[in-house]
Amino acid sequence: MTNPKPLKIAIASGKGGTGKTTLSTNLAAFIAEQDEVVLVDLDVEEPNSGLFFNGILTHEEDIFKMIPQWDESKCTLCGICPKVCNYHAVIQLGPTILVFPELCHSCYACSELCPVDALPMIPKKTGTLRDFQIEKLHFVESHLDIGEEQAVPLISKTKKYVARKYSHVSITIFDSPPGTSCLVMEATKDADFVILVTEPTPFGLHDLSLAVETMRALKKPFGVVVNRYGIGNDEVIHYCREENISILSKIPNKRKIAELYSSGKLMYRDFPEVKHSLSDILDYCITAVRGGIA
Amino acid sequence: MKEIVVISGKGGTGKTSITASFAMMGGSDVVVADCDVDAADMHLLMQPDFNFSEDFYSGEVAFVDQSNCISCGKCEDVCRFDAISVKKNLYVVDPLSCEGCGYCARVCPTKTIVNQERLAGKWFISKIKTGSIMVHARLGIGADNSGKLVAKVKNEAKEIAMEERKGFILVDGSPGIGCPVVSSLSGANFVVLVTETSVSGLHDLKRVYELVKKFNIKAGCIINKADVNPEKCSEIEQFLKENEIVHLTDLPYNENFTRAMVKGQTIVEYDHGELKELLNDGWEKIKNLVAN
Repeated sequence: MTNPKPLKIAIASGKGGTGKTTLSTNLAAFIAEQDEVVLVDLDVEEPNSGLFFNGILTHEEDIFKMIPQWDESKCTLCGICPKVCNYHAVIQLGPTILVFPELCHSCYACSELCPVDALPMIPKKTGTLRDFQIEKLHFVESHLDIGEEQAVPLISKTKKYVARKYSHVSITIFDSPPGTSCLVMEATKDADFVILVTEPTPFGLHDLSLAVETMRALKKPFGVVVNRYGIGNDEVIHYCREENISILSKIPNKRKIAELYSSGKLMYRDFPEVKHSLSDILDYCITAVRGGIA
Repeated sequence: MKEIVVISGKGGTGKTSITASFAMMGGSDVVVADCDVDAADMHLLMQPDFNFSEDFYSGEVAFVDQSNCISCGKCEDVCRFDAISVKKNLYVVDPLSCEGCGYCARVCPTKTIVNQERLAGKWFISKIKTGSIMVHARLGIGADNSGKLVAKVKNEAKEIAMEERKGFILVDGSPGIGCPVVSSLSGANFVVLVTETSVSGLHDLKRVYELVKKFNIKAGCIINKADVNPEKCSEIEQFLKENEIVHLTDLPYNENFTRAMVKGQTIVEYDHGELKELLNDGWEKIKNLVAN
């Protein structure tokens, strides 16, 4: 397969536990049977994709965010820095300037607006990135350090690493965090196509509708995969029909699938119908992006 | 008044279904706080009346008044979030990328950029079918202040619980280990960790427990879908023992979780067998543990 333009697919969902990781890992492994592919786990708070692969570690690096550091010897206590920080991450306490790194958004305002250069920006570790290889599959994951509250900078740096290193690879899959917050925005905003994974239950439907709103706000082409099809009810299917949303595939609810997942095993090789689904999903994404449907 | 927080690290472990069952069993003595504001689902089971609602503003967003813009480009230069760009010779802010730091407004020579308060969501106080009250919320699309909205929901629930002399606040926490979870945990008396018997369930349990340890809160664990992977189940039990986490109960894989949800019911309303009994045991244990 020779591809005119690299394809970036993000896999997201409103509700957690609907099968994002199952779909990402199986889809990536399926593509890697023939082509080079990159799988990136951007659920940096709770990354799980790596549990399904036994690869060779090819690269590891600490990821930093930039925070200001007070230089007492230069500071004139002019009071500008606490005033320009909208996050209350820099405060003045008597003759001391305190920096709260977990509140800092790395906007540089305090540092660059300081008239005497007393708040230089320094790197602070926020997580670790690892890059693995399993034959044609490159797997990149980042873990947010425990106690770090802001995942956005780590997600953004992980994407930059991938863009730099794997621009030649024709397909990249991003496993996104759950929800609809800024994290999901960050994880999906560069994707050419977003797959929303849901389950046919009231919680699944409610959270899917939030995810759909998010994708519409981002003006992203997207489609839905219904996982655990057979439990719950038909409301998700009706909703997609009414909203004119394409259902790319329905993956059946089977206890055996849950068992394979629970042991950290890929399942598509054991279920020909799932392999068929993966092939359909991939074809849909390629046509949607290159053919301009969706 | 005791505050019990239910979290799971991993999504989809049954956290909300279990929390809703506890709320049902606790009845009028429990004020419920749905702090999973990013994907709040508890209201689907609790028949809330949305009696009170209020917009929640948090943080700011930049806005360029183009009539006074001299196109100097300083705002674009200082923005670290790639939120400002030129469209048809005019500078515009992408509100979804803007993090509201206000740096652009400070350097704008014609003061043509203003910061506006950002509507970050909505929060509600409802009467619910348990005979009690629930505080809940909905985070706006792409909003980045979910930690603050969580704090708001919790504080309101606390005030109500105090005023009405309730015994418990029951908090449905968010997934992950980031700011909303940190916000959910602060001030809690007891944490219920809900996990499932899978590699991901155990992995996420360990990570979220690292966070709980920093808060020094007593913790108990419910192992859901315990029979799906007996091997993982014993690994989880081992982890609980090593860390002195109280093993509250095991729940089997049971599609009554979903069947109850489809009916808009909690598990303890729908199931009158094993699940109900196990959840009841779990709830009694938690009540005893927080009483001491």
